[in-house]
Amino acid sequence: MSKYTKRENGRGFNETRPIEAKAGVIKKADGSAYFRIGKTTAYAAVYGPREMHPKHMQDPKTGRLRCNYNMMPFSAEERVRPGPSRRSKEISMVTEKAILPVVNLVDYPNAVVDVFIELTETDAGSRCAGICAASIALADAGITMKDMVAAVSCGVVDHQILVDIDGPEEHLHDLDVADIPVAMVPSTEEITLLQMDGKVTKEELLKAIENVKPVLKHIAEIQRKALKDRYK
Amino acid sequence: MTEGNLFVKDKDVVVPGEVLASGMSYLPGNGTYRIHDNIMANRLGLLVIDGKVLKSLPLAGRYLPKVYDIVIGKVIDILMSGWRLEINSPYSAVLPLKDASFAYIPKGADLTKYFELEDYVVSKITNVTSQNLVDVTCKGPGLFKLRGGRIIHVNTHKVPRIIGKKGSMVSMIKRATDCKIIVGQNGTAWISGEPEMEVITVNAIKMIEEQSHTSGLTDKVKDYLEKATGRKIEFIAEVAEIGEEVRPEGSDARNENYTE
Repeated sequence: MSKYTKRENGRGFNETRPIEAKAGVIKKADGSAYFRIGKTTAYAAVYGPREMHPKHMQDPKTGRLRCNYNMMPFSAEERVRPGPSRRSKEISMVTEKAILPVVNLVDYPNAVVDVFIELTETDAGSRCAGICAASIALADAGITMKDMVAAVSCGVVDHQILVDIDGPEEHLHDLDVADIPVAMVPSTEEITLLQMDGKVTKEELLKAIENVKPVLKHIAEIQRKALKDRYK
Repeated sequence: MTEGNLFVKDKDVVVPGEVLASGMSYLPGNGTYRIHDNIMANRLGLLVIDGKVLKSLPLAGRYLPKVYDIVIGKVIDILMSGWRLEINSPYSAVLPLKDASFAYIPKGADLTKYFELEDYVVSKITNVTSQNLVDVTCKGPGLFKLRGGRIIHVNTHKVPRIIGKKGSMVSMIKRATDCKIIVGQNGTAWISGEPEMEVITVNAIKMIEEQSHTSGLTDKVKDYLEKATGRKIEFIAEVAEIGEEVRPEGSDARNENYTE
């Protein structure tokens, strides 16, 4: 029996924080989006396809995707040192890998699509918010994609599986806490991002992935609605 | 064969991953694909139902060069044997020496005499390779260097709407404002006329761009132009339906759009 029987924020175990999404928020970008889940806010701007620089990174077979994840200095409790860090480089890479399976850039050889993800406010689940924002922004930029990518982090707090773990839950130190960000292509249920941090059993992990699937499908609907609202 | 169900209406805005129809009675066209029994959209676009075929016309995205398109390019570099033009696309175009002018350009001539950096040129795409290397020409009717006026950038997918059926929309603006207007397929437009009229023209074009997916646009633009210019437009333009391909076809339609 888990000691974590009730969430401190009053949410159900399979309930996310309130989600807000908007497309086309940055005028100068080719595509852009805003995605907010609870107190985590991500902005994504897409530029391109455009000429790839440095030139040695060009691929004559297909266009490339380049993601950049950045936390604003004031976004967290403690000041985040500006500029790339080990953490932000890793998250940029996993974001790119999470989105790459859905985008099709073969019509743009030697070109690049740049995605800049900026977080103005973070309270856990920032990479997932970033992936959600980036996928809305890419669709907004008119890039061919077979589906959206939806992402949310689930958690396991003292053997209790829950969806969309938030900051205070992540920092419960008297209980075993695990944070599992998951990204999925809703139509094929293909998992494109799966990371894990904390103590979990194999069964709990599998259960968590199952629990998070319907939630991700719901998030994808929110993403699509944001795009449609732009053309109302 | 299973009975097909359609989940969307004609001229709906569709988004990637949206299920458009199920069953085998519909076929996927441009911008849509089949996965198992369903047809899904794979880009943001305006849905067109053409008999059994579902296709989506793009609403956003950069310009991809296509042969015979007329584009407005900006000279960004001068090469050994020509000019490099920026055509509002992921790829730049090359204007070779032999296609630049009817006049004979001698060997070793100063190329800036013909086209200087930052000049704008109306040009036609002659060739596009598999790697999207683009060649353009400036020899032909309605192809020349632009002097004066102003340049604006619009969404390349809204260009057909700005031109209208057989150039109806753009000629209405021309009549109302007495401006010269050239709209390149790449979304670069050139406007030249009285300064106040240029402003009205820019506003009218921006208005078309923003509301291109709505119907009754011609009337809205007409109302705006009449209000802004204080003149009555007696000319009634043919209303172009949304989602219809209104690219100018053939040289006749082209000349109407590109010559004054």
